[in-house]
Amino acid sequence: MVNKKAKIRKYKKRDYQAFLYLLPWLVGFAVLQLYPFITSLYYSFTDYKISVAPNFIGLKNYTKLFTQDPEFWNSLKVTLLYTLYTVPGKLLMALAVAVFLNRDIKGINLIRTLYYIPSLFGGSVAIAILWKILFVDNGVINAMLNTVGLPSLQWWGSTKLALRTICMLEIWQFGSSMVMFLAALKNVQKELYEAASIDGAGKIRMFFKITIPHITPIIFFNLIMQTIQAFQNFTSAFVITKGGPLKSTYVLGMKLYTEAFSYFKMGYGSAISWVIFTLIMTVTLILFRSSSAWVYYEDSGDF
Amino acid sequence: MGKEMKKMSGMVVQYLIIAIIGIFLLYPIIWMFFATFKTNEEIFGSIKLLPSKFSLQYYIEGWKGRGNISYTQFFINTFKLVIPTVFLTVASCALVAYGFARFKFPGKKILFTVLIATLMLPNAVIIIPRYTLYNSFGWINSYLPFYVPALLACYPFFVFMLIQFMRGLPKELDQSAYIDGCGTLRTFVQILLPLMKPALFSAGLFQFLWTYNDYFNSLIFINSVSKYPISLALKLSLDSESVVVWGRMMAMSFVAVLPVMLLFFFAQKYFVEGIATTGIKG
Repeated sequence: MVNKKAKIRKYKKRDYQAFLYLLPWLVGFAVLQLYPFITSLYYSFTDYKISVAPNFIGLKNYTKLFTQDPEFWNSLKVTLLYTLYTVPGKLLMALAVAVFLNRDIKGINLIRTLYYIPSLFGGSVAIAILWKILFVDNGVINAMLNTVGLPSLQWWGSTKLALRTICMLEIWQFGSSMVMFLAALKNVQKELYEAASIDGAGKIRMFFKITIPHITPIIFFNLIMQTIQAFQNFTSAFVITKGGPLKSTYVLGMKLYTEAFSYFKMGYGSAISWVIFTLIMTVTLILFRSSSAWVYYEDSGDF
Repeated sequence: MGKEMKKMSGMVVQYLIIAIIGIFLLYPIIWMFFATFKTNEEIFGSIKLLPSKFSLQYYIEGWKGRGNISYTQFFINTFKLVIPTVFLTVASCALVAYGFARFKFPGKKILFTVLIATLMLPNAVIIIPRYTLYNSFGWINSYLPFYVPALLACYPFFVFMLIQFMRGLPKELDQSAYIDGCGTLRTFVQILLPLMKPALFSAGLFQFLWTYNDYFNSLIFINSVSKYPISLALKLSLDSESVVVWGRMMAMSFVAVLPVMLLFFFAQKYFVEGIATTGIKG
């Protein structure tokens, strides 16, 4: 009885006004997130084309994708490789530079600002075009290689290199992750290092035992966000290589675009989008599952 | 060698490394700027950074755009698309963040979990039904597909960021406002919003940046050249010329990144601090 009373009093009248403030999001979530999410799953089991109403065809899209579509396995491989290169590449770069900059350096604010600049252009067409011309066969990068006595490379012409050259564009934009790491590094209490050095710990030991554990939440956050981004990459491949040469940069994002918005095969496109979603979910779940073993939180994060 | 000398040489090495990383990061942009004055012959096969002459020819030629549509129009389109989107995003996300951060209501835990889950909802998986939905409303080839998600706070990243910021503001502020007889809306508008300016500004800047750079959504939702934003216009120029005049292409690309760079230099504090604070509690 007492308990029940306490429960009724838990919310004040005023608290119910929260729903008024949440209203835009509640509508947005329902109509522009939840509904499309469920609908795309439904579409993926239909032969929906923009002009023809959807007919249920069971798993046909998926079986076609997995067994008959010669492009699919290649696209999947390219996407996985792209993610595997860019996400760790970008984060390691960001972490290394952040650790290097995390000391008393004069002009650190200016340095931080300048290093951030490439990150301003994530997904920018203009910068993709710039990348294309920098690495073209007779472009400036090859000219530089030649001046130091190295042979030219077919950055875009080689099926092996093209994807990596695109990945370099992504890794070049490590500045935003670096800024986050820098902020996190600053928050590690100085006393911990002092105590450790009194106990005779070396610099490398301190790095792995103090620095890294304290910034694991940021590493984790970055890892998840970057992975989600990487699996959906589209612009750089579409603008620079159009998926070539020989589909070696034909990422799933491009495959999705081509099927759904060039051929207007919405059903088939939806099946591809669910493959992308499943990939993202799988990796995210693995990361979350493993996080209790390596991500260190100081508070429980309740509010 | 004295201790001072050792310290000095350490400093020199340190700044040398910083400079090398800096060159690696900034050289492409600097090269891009100078390439806007170069002919194709100068661009290819040469490592020379500076052009033989500085002439605005490529800017003038490039600006004319395609057919009768110039970059003036493309810029107007871009700002017509981006600016309302930014303001709608900030306004709606701030309201929703207020609802989450300052009230205890039934179902809060579930709704907050949903919000965090949508943070990880990939655009790829909702884009097709969104397209058909907008198509049935007749919104394709208008900027409504950009405005409406912004109006409806479909940017969980910003909602989350603003919630985190608001959690740092003392709740006593609200309490004393209530005691003074303020309603929740007035408390929000008059007490909390002014204190949230830096966070709102950061959110606005990032939304500007992302919407300005975004190519995928524009490509899908906008299909007539007269409504093209810059990103689509650039791709069009790249594809439509049989022999690309790269100096001209670079000139227009440079013009396209210029607003972002200017904004960054004027507001870098908000960029860098905004990004630093959002990640911290995540």
